[in-house]
Amino acid sequence: MFRRVLQLGLGPGLLTRGLSTRRGVSTLDWDAKVSEFKKKIECILPGKPWETQLYDTSHLPPEQSDVVIIGGGIFGLSVAFWLKKLEKKQDAIRVLVVDQDHTYSQASSAGLSVGGIWQQFSMPENVRLSLFSVEFLRNINEYLAVVDAPPVDLRFNPSGCLLLASEKDAAALENNVKIQRQEGAKVCLMSPEQLQNKFPWVNTEGVALASYGMENEGWFDAWSLLQGLRRKVRSMGVLFCQGEVTRFITSSSCVEGPNGEEMVLKRIHKLHVKMDKSLEYQPVECAIVINAAGAWSGHIAKLAGIGKGPPGTLQGTKLPVEPRKRYVYLWHCPQGPGLETPLVADTSGVYFRREGLGSNYLGGCSPTEEEEPDPANLEVDHDFFQNKVWPHLAQRVPAFQTLKVQSAWAGYYDYNTFDQNGVVGPHPLVVNMYFATGFSGHGLQHALGVGRAVAEVVLEGEFKTINMSPFLFTRFYLEDKLQEYNIL
Amino acid sequence: MAAPWAFLRLGIREWNGGTRSIHGMSESVAPGGNQKRRTLLQYLGDHFYDIQALREFLLLRQMLKLNRKNRSFIGINEKYGPYVTGALFILKLGGAVKFQDKEWIRPNERGRFSADFLAFREVPVEAVDASGCAINYLGLDNLSVALKELQSLSLQRCPNVDDWCLSRLYPLAGSLQELLLAGCPRVSERGLACLHHLQNLRRLDISDLPAVSHPGLTHILVEEMLPHCEVLGADWAQGLKLGPEQQPQDTSSPVSA
Repeated sequence: MFRRVLQLGLGPGLLTRGLSTRRGVSTLDWDAKVSEFKKKIECILPGKPWETQLYDTSHLPPEQSDVVIIGGGIFGLSVAFWLKKLEKKQDAIRVLVVDQDHTYSQASSAGLSVGGIWQQFSMPENVRLSLFSVEFLRNINEYLAVVDAPPVDLRFNPSGCLLLASEKDAAALENNVKIQRQEGAKVCLMSPEQLQNKFPWVNTEGVALASYGMENEGWFDAWSLLQGLRRKVRSMGVLFCQGEVTRFITSSSCVEGPNGEEMVLKRIHKLHVKMDKSLEYQPVECAIVINAAGAWSGHIAKLAGIGKGPPGTLQGTKLPVEPRKRYVYLWHCPQGPGLETPLVADTSGVYFRREGLGSNYLGGCSPTEEEEPDPANLEVDHDFFQNKVWPHLAQRVPAFQTLKVQSAWAGYYDYNTFDQNGVVGPHPLVVNMYFATGFSGHGLQHALGVGRAVAEVVLEGEFKTINMSPFLFTRFYLEDKLQEYNIL
Repeated sequence: MAAPWAFLRLGIREWNGGTRSIHGMSESVAPGGNQKRRTLLQYLGDHFYDIQALREFLLLRQMLKLNRKNRSFIGINEKYGPYVTGALFILKLGGAVKFQDKEWIRPNERGRFSADFLAFREVPVEAVDASGCAINYLGLDNLSVALKELQSLSLQRCPNVDDWCLSRLYPLAGSLQELLLAGCPRVSERGLACLHHLQNLRRLDISDLPAVSHPGLTHILVEEMLPHCEVLGADWAQGLKLGPEQQPQDTSSPVSA
């Protein structure tokens, strides 16, 4: 009985906390430890329900964690990986990744993703992020090496990405290609005649200019990347938990701003993680919270109190990320384009790529604002393909007039309604919440660079490798749009 | 202890073979697979954190060694020009080089080679034979960017050439006429798809590629992609399982599911 008391009092909470993480603290905080001890003994004394101390808590997250990452998709795992890789001492930070679905059935970055990666963006930071990701993917077996595990097979298709532009977009495309070349991307411009020579199956009517990425572009298997990251991150000591974040416990303090006005700064102390299909929850005490919840980031931000205030003020600025449903269709066309087909993005917004050796193709289209489907469920609308996607496909590639749709699925984009570009970095008022979300469809290719940026901000306070300060949250308040063209 | 000598020999082999056994284990054995042939370091690594860190370090060191072999020689490039730099790089890795109108230069069994090619500053390199060399993506940079008039490239049985390397060959599109990729364990059909840039290619050897999932079908698709090229590779009938005397099942009835 006394041994049990000792086990509870000197349990994992006390031992692992003291030794490596609190280097700089000189006092031992004896009073807090004594009161915790007393609380535990009280519960065991006869008369109190002692069974509650002895049930199995292995499915619950730990009671305390230095960094909690909400969202276990590609952004969450990337931030966890870089935090563990860039920390100064091994096991210096305890990182917990909380995800509501460990099967990733609705995760936009995993099995549902088309998996494309390209450098053809209009913002130089986006090009740099893509180049960083490509370099990571190329050397993935150095970064994600786990002893005794098989190497990660990404199934990368280096077939490139072809963007077609009509008359009115041709000047913008040329400008974009100049920016991309300056950053080091290998992109070439083609006239309609050159395009016809290179890819005879394209109908170049209506195309004024085309840009084609020669290398470092293509598509890969996002699921194997996710599993490889998960395995490596687990071997580095990151804890995983399946649950839903339902509440934040915060404290506020009033500070005088630069112009003399009163600002209310909030700090998150604990968050409640609720287990699946039960009312059981665990309060997790945390120092830093990273919002990498993808399509559900807006909901998490609202829980933390972001956006509660009069509109037009910094307190009233919400995180404008919401889930948007997008469809992907898989079809079979035996006379279709050959093995050299790149990821083609048409002037109308329709895109497609080859899948495997058997004349199968994947593709889809982003709907316009009026046609946005309801994101309440992941049901597929086949009429959308018939009316909006197929006519443009058949017009651009005549061989696609005879095709047969084999299957289709839907997934969510973490769509940033403000400017369709990501949100990275800390929130100005909730001082310990960092964002890594909102990339509206190209999150998969930017996640590795963004993960490193967020880890640098958390550990060192500023962006070191790629300067992501244009992507901070404050641009929503200052109404500073970072418009990105070429959204697929 | 049942077999003390066997146990010690296991330890000695581990230290002599060094990283090769670790790398071999991590590449080919699935986790939890071959329980019988575990090495001493593996066994200790499961029980001690320090040994596990040591194994991770050894794995990383092997990769760093490979990258060092494939580094670019910037100093030599400035002094002697791109052709000599490319030639020196290949010869150091153990391959052979042929300058235009000259003989093949090969290192002998000891790895030594004559240094007369240092005088060939302006002579372009015509053919490179890098069979079996540890060339990888970084190293191929030295070749494809520097050697602009390369006509024949042989990368047979190179263990580190993969799809990324093939995507780096497009700068040679103007001159490359012969490419031999037989026996590369990491090249798959996805890398072969980006060979369509090489429009001057006349001879391509893609036989014996273990990572290609359907060799016969890939052969046909590559032939369609490069119409002027002679593709040597799998026989197209290799993928078919039926014998000549049996009827294929799809033509038997018009009714299908």
